Amino acid sequence: MKIHRTLFTALRALRRNPMRALLTTLGIVIGVAAVIAMMEIGRGSSESIRSSISSMGANNIMIRPGTVTASGVSFGSGSIKTLVPADCEAILRECPAVRCVTPLIQARAQLVYGSRNWVPSSIYGASETFLDVRDWTELSEGEPFTEHDVRTANRVCLLGQTIARELFQGESPLGKEIRVKNVPFRVIGVLSPKGANMFGMDQDDILVAPWTSIKYRLSGSSMSMVNQSATTASSSRSPGDLYSASSASLYPAASSNSTLSVRFANIDQIYASAVSSAAIPDAISQIASVLRERHRLQPGQPDDFQIGNMTEMLKVLTSTTALMTNLLLCVAFISLVVGGVGIMNIMLVSVTERTREIGLRMAVGARARDILRQFLIESVVLCLAGGAIGILLGHGGSLLVKQVLKWPVATSPGAILAAVAVSATVGVVFGFYPAWKASRMDPIEALRYE
Amino acid sequence: MPLIELKNICKDYPIGDGSVSVLKAVSLTIERGDFVSLMGASGSGKSTLMNILGCLDRPTAGEYWLDGREMTGLSADERAWTRNHRLGFVFQNFNLLPRTTALENVMMPLSYAHEALSEQEERRRAGAMLTRFGLADRFQHHPSQLSGGQQQRVAIARALINRPPVLFADEPTGNLDSRTSEEVLRLFQELNAKEGITIILVTHDAAVARHGGRVIHIRDGMIAAPEEPGGAPPQGEPAA
Repeated sequence: MKIHRTLFTALRALRRNPMRALLTTLGIVIGVAAVIAMMEIGRGSSESIRSSISSMGANNIMIRPGTVTASGVSFGSGSIKTLVPADCEAILRECPAVRCVTPLIQARAQLVYGSRNWVPSSIYGASETFLDVRDWTELSEGEPFTEHDVRTANRVCLLGQTIARELFQGESPLGKEIRVKNVPFRVIGVLSPKGANMFGMDQDDILVAPWTSIKYRLSGSSMSMVNQSATTASSSRSPGDLYSASSASLYPAASSNSTLSVRFANIDQIYASAVSSAAIPDAISQIASVLRERHRLQPGQPDDFQIGNMTEMLKVLTSTTALMTNLLLCVAFISLVVGGVGIMNIMLVSVTERTREIGLRMAVGARARDILRQFLIESVVLCLAGGAIGILLGHGGSLLVKQVLKWPVATSPGAILAAVAVSATVGVVFGFYPAWKASRMDPIEALRYE
Repeated sequence: MPLIELKNICKDYPIGDGSVSVLKAVSLTIERGDFVSLMGASGSGKSTLMNILGCLDRPTAGEYWLDGREMTGLSADERAWTRNHRLGFVFQNFNLLPRTTALENVMMPLSYAHEALSEQEERRRAGAMLTRFGLADRFQHHPSQLSGGQQQRVAIARALINRPPVLFADEPTGNLDSRTSEEVLRLFQELNAKEGITIILVTHDAAVARHGGRVIHIRDGMIAAPEEPGGAPPQGEPAA
């Protein structure tokens, strides 16, 4: 008997008692619906947990210049300037695991607006991709600066919430000019609040401006101000070194209209963002090889840069996701087993109820395996139908949750596939015993059954 | 060569420690084209005999030759094949599948036949069968929408769909009124006479049994003294 005929027979048999078929499959429907809804809601939650963790910077990779050691004295990270803006472009171009990248210039300076002043904890000079790298693309007001601003070293800046509050005390800072070390900068945007980072530092106490503006319009190099010894150290280095700290001062502030040559400019840091947290190790090794090549480092020579990431945050991220997935799997498994037992129960009832039919089929020539197959396929069809209804219900449920409770949900094709596979398996496993029982019936007894 | 030949068929059912003998060395020969009525009171063993003849049951001892083949040694699958291809069954309570159309009921044995027919061919054959029994306008009716006589005719169509040489009818008129009974019995006679189908009819009713060409009385698990008009059953040697 061909398989699609058996399928039709099974469908016909189920159609003969649609109410019972529906009730039978209810267990699977609820099980699968629960699984799908849980999976989608759970995935949505873990996605949002993931994105909130990665907005803390879990996907970020910090590239700092290496250390310099003179006469056995190490001057620590940042004491030598080996990174140039071209490194940024090379990283973005040649590392597929890197999503976006920005150079970073740090400075410390006093801000003055009217009669008020404030020294922010960080003044960052960056490229227009900074906000993207830091997952900070939402501004509370205004616009971010553009690539054009960076190229022309425009005196524009974005303020963090803390600075906006301290300097402007409630009035809108948009379009106002503040003075940074006596250089006027126009405020074009205010960043959305981000709060403290994992170490308790206020991340809103920040000013972001094009790195070219910070580098060339604020006098001197920031790092040399912070670290006096570095200046001494770099000035004592061999003259043949391509990247020396003093090169920065070779380029004094140009007029605001001219495009700046940035070829020999050094930068304090490079900030990169990996395409995903899983891609961070790849991104790090790709960045390392690109930088080693660009800095012409021989094999065996130590790196003249350091790459750091947020290992601790990454651990939190992965363990949260794993925990979530395992929890959902447990729930899914239990509900499907319960559904399967329900199927077995009703299939047994159905076999008993249809004893006469089984006897008749045997009398007209059905072999034991024909009967076995018929009931097995019936239960699989039942389970698959239940699975399909369950998928629809579960998906509908999660959409409802999204609509009503505004929870994040994410469709999970894997869960749908798994639900189909599992419901078919449940059908076979729990349908086998009733089907086997049916196939072992004595046709005479079965025909006589009332 | 006779179509059916039973030699010393015994059937015992175990009860407690011992066993009860239902059939005691029954020997019987039925020729191709016979219309035989097996008659006996309930408990006489006629149903057991018919189950053995119908390959639904196996005897405890004895030989059963059907169309030159020994049946008692066959496997369950081989007996299923025999029931499908060589035998047709008609029951007292019709045994039609509920909530299934007449056409699909008639098609059902075809689905267990070895040669694979297309769905269209199966429908055509089942339709032809129903038409032949005067049910041309009842293809899509469910058994509950048919009268008793119509249901039994659907059952006969189902029994004959695989063109078996033998048709077993177990009290086929037990649930029918006398007029419909007469119709069904006349149908059997017609099938027997025109198509040469061997019919074995089991009944406890002498009036029904008289429709057969030959009546075999079963009493206490044995064949009683022959009193059929067709002469004594011949005790021929087995052909094989």
